[in-house]
Amino acid sequence: MTGFFGVLFDGFAYGMLLFLLSVGLSVTLGMMNFINLAHCSFGMLGGYVTVTLLDRLGWPFFATLPFAFLAGAAASLVLEGLLFRRFYRASELDQCLATIGVVFMSVAAAAFVYGTVQQPVELPSYLHGSVVYLGINFAAYRLFLVAVAVVIALVLVATLEWTRFGAQVRAAVDNQRMARGLGINVDRAFAITFALGSGLAGLGGALAIAMVGLDPNFAFTYLIWVLIVVSVGGLASIGGSFAAAMLLGISDMAGKYYVPALGSFLIYLLMVGLLMWRPAGLFGKR
Amino acid sequence: MNATATESASVLSTRGLDKSFGSLVVAKGIDFALPQGVRYALIGPNGAGKTTLINLMTGMLRPDSGRIFLGEDEITSLKPEERVRRGLVRTFQINALFPHLSALEAVTLAVCERRGFSGNWWRRLPDYRDAVDEAHGILSSLRLGADCYRLTRELAYGRQRLLEIALALATRPRVLLLDEPAAGVPKDESADLFDAISALSRDLTVLFIEHDMDVVFRFASRIIVMVGGRILVEGSPDEIARNSEVRTVYLGKAVHG
Amino acid sequence: MTAATTGAPAEPHQYLHAQARWQWSEYAFWVATLLPFALFPSYLQLASQIAITALFALSLDLILGYAGIVSLGHAAFFGVGAYTAGIISVYGWGEPLSGLVIAAAVAGLAGYAMSFIIARFRHLALIMITLGLGLLLHEAANSASWLTGGADGLQGIRIGTLLGFKFDLYGRTAYSYSLIVLFLAFLVARRIIHSPFGLSLRGIRENPVRMPAIGAPSPAHIRKIYTIAAVMAGIAGAVLAQSTSTVSLEVLSFQRSADVLVILILGGAGRLYGGIIGAIIYMVARDQFSGINPQYWYFWIGLLLVAVVVFLPNGVLGGLARLKSAWRGRWR
Repeated sequence: MTGFFGVLFDGFAYGMLLFLLSVGLSVTLGMMNFINLAHCSFGMLGGYVTVTLLDRLGWPFFATLPFAFLAGAAASLVLEGLLFRRFYRASELDQCLATIGVVFMSVAAAAFVYGTVQQPVELPSYLHGSVVYLGINFAAYRLFLVAVAVVIALVLVATLEWTRFGAQVRAAVDNQRMARGLGINVDRAFAITFALGSGLAGLGGALAIAMVGLDPNFAFTYLIWVLIVVSVGGLASIGGSFAAAMLLGISDMAGKYYVPALGSFLIYLLMVGLLMWRPAGLFGKR
Repeated sequence: MNATATESASVLSTRGLDKSFGSLVVAKGIDFALPQGVRYALIGPNGAGKTTLINLMTGMLRPDSGRIFLGEDEITSLKPEERVRRGLVRTFQINALFPHLSALEAVTLAVCERRGFSGNWWRRLPDYRDAVDEAHGILSSLRLGADCYRLTRELAYGRQRLLEIALALATRPRVLLLDEPAAGVPKDESADLFDAISALSRDLTVLFIEHDMDVVFRFASRIIVMVGGRILVEGSPDEIARNSEVRTVYLGKAVHG
Repeated sequence: MTAATTGAPAEPHQYLHAQARWQWSEYAFWVATLLPFALFPSYLQLASQIAITALFALSLDLILGYAGIVSLGHAAFFGVGAYTAGIISVYGWGEPLSGLVIAAAVAGLAGYAMSFIIARFRHLALIMITLGLGLLLHEAANSASWLTGGADGLQGIRIGTLLGFKFDLYGRTAYSYSLIVLFLAFLVARRIIHSPFGLSLRGIRENPVRMPAIGAPSPAHIRKIYTIAAVMAGIAGAVLAQSTSTVSLEVLSFQRSADVLVILILGGAGRLYGGIIGAIIYMVARDQFSGINPQYWYFWIGLLLVAVVVFLPNGVLGGLARLKSAWRGRWR
């Protein structure tokens, strides 16, 4: 039994990581219908920024996290202005192609600068080890991860529901033309949302190092997970991303623990099945 | 399953059609019948549910309740392409054309679909001479004959609107639903369009949505007025023009062509 | 391939015939494909690889360039064809031509089964489903190592002679085989494109909403072309397996699906020759730059991809077509 709850908790923690990585893409996809396959490149950037600050400059772990966030946000603003802006009205195929091109470049650049090995990270001592409660082992780092993700999820929901900015975002997602007609600066709202989402991805990337590792293929490997979360959870849905990420994280952990021979087969099967049942995602509109 | 007496005389009819999106009611209790060969106009303010009604009748939207009949046959559960094959065809308010196909190719496509050899992949298109001739004939009758080799996206807007109608005609409809055929067409290009509409065969039953009251009074033998998802009133053009309710709701407001 | 802009033809039949007629440049191209035998005899293995990739790209063009279905998992059928041809040879069936037919049939069956799913979805859901199905198949092949050899690749492939010719290291048989198969498949694809069915496919690509409004059974059309494309991709995979006597998991990988997509876009989708041109450019370049670490190769591919999408949205062939009409315009 403790094995079961242990797997459940680990899966939940992994899901929280996926949530941080995915929520930004879910909202921006729902807002502008812009398929940004380079989303996890921002995550990867955040991870490498943390590694640089931690290893090469000796900063404490917590201090690097805000900068991982800022790196993701800043990079997205630059890329948005330089390149992505041209593709808002382009076909889905063109958006996929352009952003895949960016992913290729980011993976190669990361390999060039940092090499292809996994990056080690020095966690502060109180994040080592685990807490035992009710006979179950809760790894301290994973508790921390879960706490961060839950706090962020609450902040996001609060922002969306109770701030004016959040109302603008919701209006733009619902009916962009109408929102513009009402005088909402949709482009600016989108730029901010895009930056926030990419920043969260950067943060996720930084937090991922100690849990799943960081190498130049991060941008690709986790892109697939993120796409699964976003398409299964539904676009522009924080709750959907949360639920889908949890479902995916727990399924993956359970699969690896109980039926390791099947590998990721179950996950892909689950995704295809869920999408066929609900093409707009579990919490998507229409 | 069985239509009532008035309905079986009609070529297209609905009974108690309802549709809502959450709390937004877009159609409520729509009952009407189109007799054979008429020219009816459907008017109403923006958001009255006119295009929604066309979407419901053609199967692009599923009604919450109610039934739709084409002649004596119920078509409520048929897919859109099946309704087209039975002769219920519509045009779109905003051109729904094939940008990179030439006008001739587009109409030939519709003809091939109708004739049932759109799945043939072994023989070349030019071998189907009759289909091509028919397509060219339709385009010529709408004065698009000279332009038919040009790509759809290169045609002037008025000519694209004509192509909209050509595509619909290629399916040999019994009932034609025109959604604002003159919308967006500049005044100097609309003459051809109106000639085309007048020239439509008398065997064809036409229902058209229009905002331009000149067009409505010119072509329609009867007018249906819709407001807020309901049919407000139905009558001859004179009756409608004199109806005070309609005046306040619709004709009193600024008219745009 | 695009509508005649060289002055209005007098007659609709003439116009359509002109669209479908063979251009002199096409004859020249196919004659040129024989040149490697004489001019580059030591590169025949590469030429064979190019022909195989070109066939694979052509099969993707049928669904992407002509029907508008964005697939991130087309390698599934390539891999099914390759593994089928390889596996039956392990169990004794080494005759290439009949093996090719069997592999094509299996790939076609897989395509037909998947087509029912594909035809029902659009947009992001469709892209994700094609991706997911491709990944699924890759994982399944990885796990079923008793059948596929898993990560080590298929062992014990024994391919017999092709009409008396051995598959040797020089690649003469390989290139002859792949070139002839490519040409025959090309003829079929050309036929499809210039048929009423081809016109329907273009209609689906141009405006999927309008198709039911003219009475077109789009799902049936999509299922048909998806199956045909699967057969073609399976044939390409089988030729690869037979001419190189190797099959590894790589044939089912996302990498291969992404590569063929890049190749098709590079050459120009929806232009019949786009996949072939793209394959030639891509693989020759890759061969020339093979000294570079593969990591860095993908940097330049990424940059190229972005550049193509921004500046040359219709690929190389599209760019050439624009140049040609601009040139013609100058001489008016």
